[in-house]
Amino acid sequence: MKRLQEQARSGNLGEDLIIRTAVRIMVPFIQLFSLYVLAHGHYSPGGGFQGGVLLGASFLLMALAFDLKSSKELFPPKVIMASSNVGVLIFAGIGVVCALLGGYFMDYAAFAKVIPLAVPDWRSLGILLVEVGVQIGVACIMLVLYWELSSAGTLEEGL
Amino acid sequence: MIWQLDLIILTMLVICAVGAITVRDLLSAALIFGAYSFLMCLLWAGMGGVDVAFTEATVGAGVSTILFIAAIYRTSRRSKD
Repeated sequence: MKRLQEQARSGNLGEDLIIRTAVRIMVPFIQLFSLYVLAHGHYSPGGGFQGGVLLGASFLLMALAFDLKSSKELFPPKVIMASSNVGVLIFAGIGVVCALLGGYFMDYAAFAKVIPLAVPDWRSLGILLVEVGVQIGVACIMLVLYWELSSAGTLEEGL
Repeated sequence: MIWQLDLIILTMLVICAVGAITVRDLLSAALIFGAYSFLMCLLWAGMGGVDVAFTEATVGAGVSTILFIAAIYRTSRRSKD
């Protein structure tokens, strides 16, 4: 850790070829698995939160293998902050739209009045739509938490 | 659940818990917490709570260990007391 801190100050952190290559190979598989977990969340273990944490962990892995500056170039902070809000808005917005359409909050059967699909289909699809919002929110918040912690809240220099 | 496996995991859990609060090195303590989370994940998977075990494996052993290390990076590695 001491050596890491000194390397971070001198600015040549992350010259490790093996770690970078391993991360490049592993990250696509982790992201694909997070989408699998999201899509099968209805009838097997998993769902929006677990898939979001997996997606966020793949972002964290890339942020750990490279330094903060290249991580911020890869994921622009404005986009990450905005999409964490978009995730919450998708989650709450679908619930509010259900209430506006005449059902209860998050009563997905209310969508059947607008788009003609069977009520059980809408209940299944509504959960998936809400979980997409949860996944986007959780994944982006994970990366923001790591950035804020490792740079002491400045988002300028850090791990 | 097989009681022998249960006993081994519970014993290692107690060892990890005591180790995490007695060790002086903060980085070691963070990694022992990661091992503790993984053992809890095994225990829950054995009890049939696969969903809880999944969350524990991703959040407890994966992300929170990285967040601990990011926090230690901002302070000193050895505890003073």
